[in-house]
Amino acid sequence: MKWISLIPVVAVGALLLFAATDFPEWGDPKSPASQSPVSSHFINNTGVDTEVPNMVTAVLADYRGFDTMFETVVVFIAGIAVLAILKGSGRRRRGPRTTYKVEAEPDLIVTNTVRLVVPVIQLFAFYVLAHGHVSPGGGFQGGVVMGASFILIALAWDLDHALVRMSLPRCMTIAAAGIIIYAGIGFLSMFLGGEFLDYAELERVLPVSREMARYHAMLGVEIGVGFTVTSIMFALYANLSSEGRLKGGL
Amino acid sequence: MGLELFNTFILLLLVVTALAALRVRDLITAAAVFGVYSFLMCLLWAEMGAVDVAFTEATVGAGISTVVLVATIFNLRRKSND
Amino acid sequence: MFEDGAIINELLIERLNYFIYVVLLLIGLHAMISKRNLIKKLIGMSIFQTSIILFYVSIAVKDEATIPIYKAEHDRHGAASKAAALELNSSDEAKPLYAPAELQPEETQQYANPLPHVLMLTAIVVGVATFGLALALCLRIQQGYGTVEEDELLVKIERSDARYSQSPLAKAINPRRRPARTSRKPRTASKATRVSQKSASSPKSTGATQTKKSAPKTKTTQPRKKPAPATRKPAASSPKAGNQKPAVKKSSVRKPANKTTSPKKKGAE
Repeated sequence: MKWISLIPVVAVGALLLFAATDFPEWGDPKSPASQSPVSSHFINNTGVDTEVPNMVTAVLADYRGFDTMFETVVVFIAGIAVLAILKGSGRRRRGPRTTYKVEAEPDLIVTNTVRLVVPVIQLFAFYVLAHGHVSPGGGFQGGVVMGASFILIALAWDLDHALVRMSLPRCMTIAAAGIIIYAGIGFLSMFLGGEFLDYAELERVLPVSREMARYHAMLGVEIGVGFTVTSIMFALYANLSSEGRLKGGL
Repeated sequence: MGLELFNTFILLLLVVTALAALRVRDLITAAAVFGVYSFLMCLLWAEMGAVDVAFTEATVGAGISTVVLVATIFNLRRKSND
Repeated sequence: MFEDGAIINELLIERLNYFIYVVLLLIGLHAMISKRNLIKKLIGMSIFQTSIILFYVSIAVKDEATIPIYKAEHDRHGAASKAAALELNSSDEAKPLYAPAELQPEETQQYANPLPHVLMLTAIVVGVATFGLALALCLRIQQGYGTVEEDELLVKIERSDARYSQSPLAKAINPRRRPARTSRKPRTASKATRVSQKSASSPKSTGATQTKKSAPKTKTTQPRKKPAPATRKPAASSPKAGNQKPAVKKSSVRKPANKTTSPKKKGAE
């Protein structure tokens, strides 16, 4: 099977390489992708329309905000699906696990280091989320760092310690709240007279200019994304490491 | 010239780690090498100027993906037949 | 072979980066096709996805361009906040600090193209969601069949298929007899309730007991050798609840056959 499967793989590779001779050179400023009017419009007008210095965050949360909303929904659906597949499925074992035991005591050095480090990590996660407008970062990155801090608690002690702080029903509630925040800001803009996710209309409720309304709405939207991503990353880990039972596990 | 050399070196290392992640028999080692692959991708993108993408790949690829893979392998048999 | 117009020079020297992207893609694709372990297939899928993302991000590179975050002289937000701070002094000095509204094309070239970065951010996050879901499915397969190796899985799936259904050829060779139930109702009333109890519990059973039973049982003996349900535990015989109905009626007739098969069953347990 391994040698037969090389034939279509090499055929695909040959076709791709046949097209690769037409591709632009590395870093060519005259390449079609760099000259396209869409990206030039984004580079030129991000400062004018929204006063956000980070073009990637502006395009992600404002110009292409609809995509980001459904991406958040995809992450949420993945979390729900993992829960649906694995919940209550690991109970029918013939007895306790006999292959290896993981009844290790939480180590003193590890637990104390984690105690010192986790608040710093969570503060950094908030910083990455809030500072995503002017530096690399944003909702996804901050949310994932925050979720990773809960996974760190689960790794240093055991899963029950982390579940006490962030139980699975609460995870799902926070994830749903994140999407509701995102869609809520969109609907609020719609009720105020604009289109869905047209943040500039929020200037009627906020005492700022149209550009700054988009600035602040982007922050709100990123907070929604951060909520969903945090809770789903931790729920993913909790379900996968304990086979849905939420006892034992790493 | 130095940057091109750096790019080429990292790309060759990417191919090596991708092949290694698929060849080792022990699944935990495969997960670790996969983490290295993700990290090398992040480095390459940071050098190319895609800092947001590099940040996301560093957290999501080398962080969450690797940890979740190890958590799953914990419940499976650790040795694969090929 | 290495002159300027030849294919190998084009591919390997000028367009080396695209060549390596294609090689990474092929490594991932070949792993998804040919590896037998499901986790290796997933690692191959992830390598495939990241190679495509690498290709897209490399398109966004411009020579001597910086990251797609505004520099200080183009940054309207930074200039606006500085202008607001200096507004207290005089309104004339604030104006030159407020940067021009739109960038000119020669300034556009200083920034890398942000559009592929945005698209690939979404791709990375969706990729990790898919990866997590695929790992959950692998875990479920491990719970159901006891293995994640593809060849062992195929054998076990064929055996469990064989237990639940017969191929058309086997049906033609030894047809399953389905006696009318109305004639047997009084005698098999208690057995029918026991069978219905087992069929109620059959959705809850896993393959853990199935894999134990797969070794001594073969396909053609399944419809025949039905031991008495009274001697079985409900979970152990629930995979055969579907086949119990024709066989239950025969168990009262075939008492000697029960005795031969029940020690065999107990030995298999």
